[in-house]
Amino acid sequence: MIHTTDESDIEIERRFVPKAKDINEDIAWAQINKDVLRSMERPRLMYWVIFLASLALFSVGVYCEVYQYRNGLGAADLENPQVWGLYIATFIFWIGMSHSGTLLSAILHIMHADWRKPIYRFAEAMTTFSLMTAGLFVLVHLGRVWQFYYVVAYPNERWTWPNFNSPLVWDATAIGTYLTSSIVFLYFGMIPDLAICRDNAKGFRKKFYWFLSAGWQGTDRQWANFRVAYMTLACFLIPLAVSVHSIVASDFAVSQQPGWHITSFPPYFVAGALYSGCAAIITLFIILRYVFRFEAYMTMPILDKTCRLTFAIAMVWTYLNLIEYASAWYGNDEYAKQALIFRATGTYAPYWWAMNFLGSIVPFVLVFKSLRNHLPTMMVVSLLLNVGMWLERFMIITPTLAHGYYPWTWTGDWWPNWVQIGIVAGSFGWFSMLFMLFCKIFPAVSMYEVKEMVYHRFMASKARA
Amino acid sequence: MSLSNLIKNWSSLRVKRPYEDQYKDKDYKWAMVIDLDACTGCNACTTACYAENNLPVVGREAFSKGQAMHWIRIERYWGEGEEMKGRFPDRGAQFLPMLCQQCESAPCEVVCPVGATHHTPDGLNSQVYNRCIGSRYCSANCPYKVRYFNWWQYPERAWPNPLELQLNPDVTVRSKGVMEKCTFCVQRLTEAKGRARTEGRRVADGEVVTACAQACPTSAITFGNLADDKSQVARTWERQQIKLASDRQEKDENLRGYRILEDLRTYPSIVYMERVRDSEA
Repeated sequence: MIHTTDESDIEIERRFVPKAKDINEDIAWAQINKDVLRSMERPRLMYWVIFLASLALFSVGVYCEVYQYRNGLGAADLENPQVWGLYIATFIFWIGMSHSGTLLSAILHIMHADWRKPIYRFAEAMTTFSLMTAGLFVLVHLGRVWQFYYVVAYPNERWTWPNFNSPLVWDATAIGTYLTSSIVFLYFGMIPDLAICRDNAKGFRKKFYWFLSAGWQGTDRQWANFRVAYMTLACFLIPLAVSVHSIVASDFAVSQQPGWHITSFPPYFVAGALYSGCAAIITLFIILRYVFRFEAYMTMPILDKTCRLTFAIAMVWTYLNLIEYASAWYGNDEYAKQALIFRATGTYAPYWWAMNFLGSIVPFVLVFKSLRNHLPTMMVVSLLLNVGMWLERFMIITPTLAHGYYPWTWTGDWWPNWVQIGIVAGSFGWFSMLFMLFCKIFPAVSMYEVKEMVYHRFMASKARA
Repeated sequence: MSLSNLIKNWSSLRVKRPYEDQYKDKDYKWAMVIDLDACTGCNACTTACYAENNLPVVGREAFSKGQAMHWIRIERYWGEGEEMKGRFPDRGAQFLPMLCQQCESAPCEVVCPVGATHHTPDGLNSQVYNRCIGSRYCSANCPYKVRYFNWWQYPERAWPNPLELQLNPDVTVRSKGVMEKCTFCVQRLTEAKGRARTEGRRVADGEVVTACAQACPTSAITFGNLADDKSQVARTWERQQIKLASDRQEKDENLRGYRILEDLRTYPSIVYMERVRDSEA
């Protein structure tokens, strides 16, 4: 700590000992409450711009879905080999997005990485809402969506069960479990904060938070129980996060279509999921930091750490991606090799190369510290990374279906039409609408955990001094 | 209660080997032989199928988008190294009628989440329209891509009044959002089996044929019961040395019979007889 009041000394200290702190430990607890509660009252104008834009996008999606529902899936220009189109590709994308919330809130919680504390709440909300978005695509792609519940294993007198051999049944089960658990986890971790909201709210809001905070008083006994329960939930959630995307990968790895029938798909999918999720966290970090004036909490060193984490995961993904190519290239499966060549040279080749460039080359921007700390660059880069990851999913579905075993069915001229693009755009609107609503209604920064962080850092610095 | 039934009968729900553990009817196994040497590519089989199975004619626009509903399609191939006469090979095209191969170990069956497509004891790969929710996973996993999805609500547009009177009353008219495919004219098979059973005998060879086999002017398609050793189909399979549950046939190389993509271990029920062409002329 600096023990002088001399301005020039401080200046020198700042310049030559750039010991960036994750958070300023002098920040008062009352100030934390005040800042976070204020974010729920009056965000910047940009909030309403984003909210209305997402509402508009969502309406486009709803229009397209209603059109498709009335006319049948032919309205989406799907055809015989191209049976899934953008729907399943975007489904994988959203499932992937949901993984980083769990990474930040559960895995890093268990590893005691306390820099996650100011940002895990919104990451966790991102998990929940992207799972809800992914769930929409499960429904949207069905031919008879009104009978979707046939997939669920519910006891019934007619003895009709789902086919437990089918990865889609595993999918429905895994996603259902993961969604339920992450909602519980998100809500549970929020209870002490909801009590703070309750204590500061008036009118109907007070009733709302009173109901949600479930009688939280902050007694020692409550805190002790809370810690144990929270840790248990975190431990429960981690295997779920890994399993859910492995199972989504099994949808493809279990099928025998060349280009999908690959053993390395589950880890590849999990790595891709964490990758796109981390990139999305950077995007939302920058947006929230500005919109809700969270500069004191979502600090540059935390962004820096997130970026480094993203880079590490990007390299894991690149490695697994190269393994996939190599195993197809050197393997004995001529069909898989042809499918790979078709991806690299066929109709969809520009997208394939763009995917590889955005996914494996662009993350090297994150190596440079000066760029990592430049917000506009990071905004663009994080969006580009997610474009790359969306293209990856597009490349998994479309070229593979276009180039199967049977040459007569090869199609090289299929492109998604406006209905599909509209629904995909609508899903982004739906996600950001829900997310923005959440951040307005619930504290987007965990107040009690930031207090803990400030307290621990303060004690540590006092011990050092 | 069904939950206790589930626990009691758990073993019946466990994963089974696709061919070996299936319950099989010892009297019937429907199979087909298609002689490509006899096929002239006239499309009579396709037309007959449309009439028999209530297939909607989708129209030019949907057809060009690849939304056609032809359960049996005639594929057209140019031979390798053919001399070209303008846009076409000098000696004409080669044809291959493609329909559901009624695999004994079908890739589509395992992936259907609701069990809408499943195996019958007489060796058909059946489709339950009422159960289908339209996830199209079966189609994505079908190596032959012979499963057709109802992309539109066809009944009104394909058979405007009074054309609905031409519909075959024995066959369901499918609504939008379900998958369908060749059934080997299951309505005919069931009827023949029922008749034979009341008379206390097995269905005789040639007593029942599919619409495509019936319509083929050159008799390129032979349909019959593989479980009946004396049937024409069984004798051809025997002569061509093709075993149903094998992914690699140990047979004389001069024999013309083969099954499509059988190395994927789908055990298809259709044997194709290779076309014979002299290398010169």
